[in-house]
Amino acid sequence: MNVNHVTKALILGSLMSLPATAAELEISVTNLTHGNYFTPLLIAAHDMDSHLFQAGEMATPALQKMAEGGDIGDLDAAVTGAGGVTMANPAMGLLAPSAKVESIMLDSGEMTHLSITAMVLPTNDAFVGLDAWKIPTEAGTYTFTLNAYDAGTEANDEIINGGGAVGTPGIPAAPGGDGGMNATGVMDSSSNDKVHIHPGVLGDTDVNAGTSDLDSRIHRWLNPVARVTVVVK
Amino acid sequence: MNYPKLNFKYSATAIIAFAAISLAGCSDNDNDSPAPVQPPVVAPVMQDYSVMITNLTANQPMSPVAVVAQESGSRLWSTGMAASVALETLAESGDSSGLTGETGVNELFSGDGVLVPGATQSITMSLEQSSVADLSIVTMLVNTNDAFAGTTGFNLSTLAVDDATTLRVIAYDAGTEANSEEKGTIPGPADGGEGFNAVRDDNDKVHGHPGVISADDGLADSVLSASHRFDNPVMIIKITRTK
Repeated sequence: MNVNHVTKALILGSLMSLPATAAELEISVTNLTHGNYFTPLLIAAHDMDSHLFQAGEMATPALQKMAEGGDIGDLDAAVTGAGGVTMANPAMGLLAPSAKVESIMLDSGEMTHLSITAMVLPTNDAFVGLDAWKIPTEAGTYTFTLNAYDAGTEANDEIINGGGAVGTPGIPAAPGGDGGMNATGVMDSSSNDKVHIHPGVLGDTDVNAGTSDLDSRIHRWLNPVARVTVVVK
Repeated sequence: MNYPKLNFKYSATAIIAFAAISLAGCSDNDNDSPAPVQPPVVAPVMQDYSVMITNLTANQPMSPVAVVAQESGSRLWSTGMAASVALETLAESGDSSGLTGETGVNELFSGDGVLVPGATQSITMSLEQSSVADLSIVTMLVNTNDAFAGTTGFNLSTLAVDDATTLRVIAYDAGTEANSEEKGTIPGPADGGEGFNAVRDDNDKVHGHPGVISADDGLADSVLSASHRFDNPVMIIKITRTK
């Protein structure tokens, strides 16, 4: 009887230690910023060769659409079209400053890497990003932080004018209702057209004039801008 | 017929054994008996750690660093949640003493004086093995309204003797005081203004600090200048288990 129990335990143990071919993930995302919203998040599990973005590379049209206007549709379609799995818009809308969305369940299936993006609003083309994090095969809780990137596709003029479509200058909106108007515009002399770490916004303290429609007391940030926890089941 | 006899025999043995124990326990009735045996004193097994902290900022002195030994799973703050009054007090005035009253806090070790920019401070602590669990390290950036830096909930059991780990931590905003940077609102040497104030006039959620603006960068009423600005990480923490 005892031997039998031990054998059973050994068999069970060896089954449980087999490398996982599918991982059930429970994810939470916290917006660490003081006054910036995240547009609907895209959380994607994909193979090792896929990326939503890569620092130092040109943004894809799908990424540009997300970074300038918050539209994750094309990125989502690209991932699922390549056999990946996604969770689109887990916060069911905007993720407010200092807010957290949790208990996001994602079955990564055969997919080995995880990526996350959302536009940081109000900005011209800033986004929060995780690029192809290798999903651990060992069960556990993994916590890390994410930086804000500049898609490198639009000048950071800091004018709020409703411009969210690709190729349209300006910032779509300030969801907190704390944006200014009539800004003359910040001169963005950056020549970097690749995805890069965002330099942050300038802003000013004049809501009716000045160079920027952003408020330096509300809309500035330092990296990192998000904290992510992934529980690998 | 055998069973009652066996039972009796066992019972008799039990009674004799019990009597012997009882007699042994009555030694104080007998003047000639040896002194009562004291239970052996087991010295608690201690685990020693050193925590070295370096201030990476340009011009943000840090309040005496608080190193807090805690029960497993307890936290001094959680991003996205409101700060406790003890944390608010630390973040607005630099006074860490209130942290001892927080849930799950076993012991507070405090750094020796203000940690000036560029300086490194070492705090040693000795913990009973049975109480080794989580560690938090926290300090105020004193030339701000309510910025603090540190880490909470580091699991000490991950360190074997002579193991060390290095953390580079960010500045948080306690969310309890507006970042006005105005004269009279900042306790550090840049102002010499007010520390703790119970009024909460920011978003009341702990979040990543957006940085200070300063008068040099366009905030007209700020008492801060360009050198008070900071970027992450603001502090390096090296935790070593020495015993």
